[in-house]
Amino acid sequence: MTREQEVLERIERARRRKIRLRDDRITMAHGAGGRATQTLIEGLFLEAFRNPLLEVLEDQAVFSVNGSRLAFTTDSFVVSPLFFPGGCIGDLAVNGTVNDLAVSGARPLYLSAGFILEEGFPVSDLKRIAEAMARAAEAVGVAIATGDTKVVQRGKGDGCYITTSGVGVLERDVSFSAAGVKPGDAVLVSGPIGEHGTTIMLARGELDIAADVVSDTASLAELIAGLLDAVDGVRCLRDATRGGVATIMNEVAVASSVAVVLDEAAIPVRPEVRGVCEVLGLDPLYVACEGRMVAFVDGSLAGAAVRALRAHPLGKDAAVIGTVRDDPAGLVLLKTQFGGSRIVDMLVGDPLPRIC
Amino acid sequence: MRFVDEFRDPALARRLAREIAALCEPGRRYKFMEVCGGHTHTIYKHGLEDYLPPSVTLVHGPGCPVCVIPMGRVDDAIHIARQPGVIMTSFGDMMRVPGGHGSFIDWNARGTDIRMVYSPLDALKLAQRHPQRHVVFMAIGFETTAPSTALTLLRAAAESVTNFSVFCNHVTILPAIKAILDSPDLRLDGFIGPGHVSTVIGCRPYEFITRDFGKPLVVAGFEPLDILQAVYQLLKQLAERRCEVENQYARAVPWDGNARALAAIARTMELRPFFEWRGLGFISQSALKVRDELAAHDAEKIFATPGVRVADPKACQCGEVLKGVLRPWECKVFGTACTPETPIGTCMVSSEGACAAYYNFGRFSRERVREAAGA
Repeated sequence: MTREQEVLERIERARRRKIRLRDDRITMAHGAGGRATQTLIEGLFLEAFRNPLLEVLEDQAVFSVNGSRLAFTTDSFVVSPLFFPGGCIGDLAVNGTVNDLAVSGARPLYLSAGFILEEGFPVSDLKRIAEAMARAAEAVGVAIATGDTKVVQRGKGDGCYITTSGVGVLERDVSFSAAGVKPGDAVLVSGPIGEHGTTIMLARGELDIAADVVSDTASLAELIAGLLDAVDGVRCLRDATRGGVATIMNEVAVASSVAVVLDEAAIPVRPEVRGVCEVLGLDPLYVACEGRMVAFVDGSLAGAAVRALRAHPLGKDAAVIGTVRDDPAGLVLLKTQFGGSRIVDMLVGDPLPRIC
Repeated sequence: MRFVDEFRDPALARRLAREIAALCEPGRRYKFMEVCGGHTHTIYKHGLEDYLPPSVTLVHGPGCPVCVIPMGRVDDAIHIARQPGVIMTSFGDMMRVPGGHGSFIDWNARGTDIRMVYSPLDALKLAQRHPQRHVVFMAIGFETTAPSTALTLLRAAAESVTNFSVFCNHVTILPAIKAILDSPDLRLDGFIGPGHVSTVIGCRPYEFITRDFGKPLVVAGFEPLDILQAVYQLLKQLAERRCEVENQYARAVPWDGNARALAAIARTMELRPFFEWRGLGFISQSALKVRDELAAHDAEKIFATPGVRVADPKACQCGEVLKGVLRPWECKVFGTACTPETPIGTCMVSSEGACAAYYNFGRFSRERVREAAGA
């Protein structure tokens, strides 16, 4: 083994060590969905709340009550600006929680909605947000069954924050997990990536860049139901929100102890999004989506899975973007469009705060 | 995407790779330094080394604007940011750079107002929107970014925006290259010249490198094919026993530079007698300060800064990495104590830093990555 390899193996061991939270204050990085967020969750919340449901660190908890398997999840929304091309905070608040339920294979049933409003916030804006939530909920057939409202003094909030929780029922005999992916599996994405994050960035109006990009916020419930009706070999589904596709790949590679190999040329990205990312030095692999998912599927069923996804309007650009192999376990590799190779790491720092 | 995909064509890359391999003399090893951090980033991001024969090594140079900022200057910026009414602004890369007592992002968590901007003009606009605050722009970078700082200073003066100033940390590339050439630690066969800097200063200033030091230099663009072609041109010069400054990036770089940009810099800034570079120490005539005529917009004149020199942490070997003497993984703390989440040195912070690029994109056996990715 060369000296370089020895050093690299030492680093891998260091990365596998138990995460300890060393920061003495919360910084924006803790909310970015990358390694700092992971450190906060594992180093503080998991230590405090530890239980078997939470420990698996999935996007939702799945448990049985009187013979019914239920999925339960929660998500908070602090996006700025509140309104953007393609949607508003209300759409995100419903779709985000619905998607976290749907990726477990559950049928979403009921949502709660908690509002933290700032003194002085226009009621007309709140009405628009509530109407958007109602439309989004109706589209997937969930009811917003309970809620709460709090108001904070002017300057102590930023207009409107929303927290939604959701309950769904698992009617299929499926159990998806980031730890359940196997060598030979195919990696699919349901459509072009990076649209939500790019839209929010431009909607802030700080960049003087005009581009025709629209948030992809959407419920994935129907798309997922169609996929699960058609294909039996789905191992793991994830909606690619904060941290983007790259972060999910890293989580799965570590949890399943496999290598994920992506083919950059196969990853769908709209030219407008690629252009904006190119100008700003962002990598679309790390930019948030709000209506796209990644699916890990038995390799022999990849073709059938793509066909099933493409049968739904939300999945018409679905594609196989990579494969899973056993070695080098825990790493995500990328064959670049240029024809070279490199690794794809977890997101560090926060290129784009308050994206959802 | 037009104007991007053409410069990332794998078929052209394969052809260039064959020609590069054919130019290498058997048994000879070649070391070329890419001066600019933007090149380092491109090399790793696109996996460009997969196209190079094992006898060609690319050594990463000092041209990373964030990497060369010493800790004391970060502390000075934080000191200014803590003054009543101040909004400090800088480029996003600066947010996580460690000073002696934490980074911008740490101090924001303690209540200072330090914001990321994409251009100094955005900082000026911020000042116009907040007339009751004083907005400081922490200017960093080589000749690439200095013209935009210069134009912002001129506009601030013309529009009498009295609540705007610049904390100037601009540096110049030539003294850094000279410091590397004077260093006995490193044997190089040639340079890939910085493309963005050269759009401003042109190619002529590099002639001393070929004349006095006998090293060829090819100014290159930032797409992977640009860099591959620059390697080809360097090898071709060596094979033909030539030693010249060549311009691979002629689509953006005029031989004599950009006279208007240089004039704007000259009107607003002047050379400091000396300036401390992180890891490289004090280099004379290597940095710019705001001219006295514009003192009203010079944060160093408006605010008393501690100006304390803070020694780099003992374990940090950024200086050796910046000079190309050490490869990132050869640093004692690389990847263990110093990671992108908990950087000790600046090279681990900026996306243009050699350590960050290597950690994020290359932290694994090249052969195994290449084999597994099927590249």
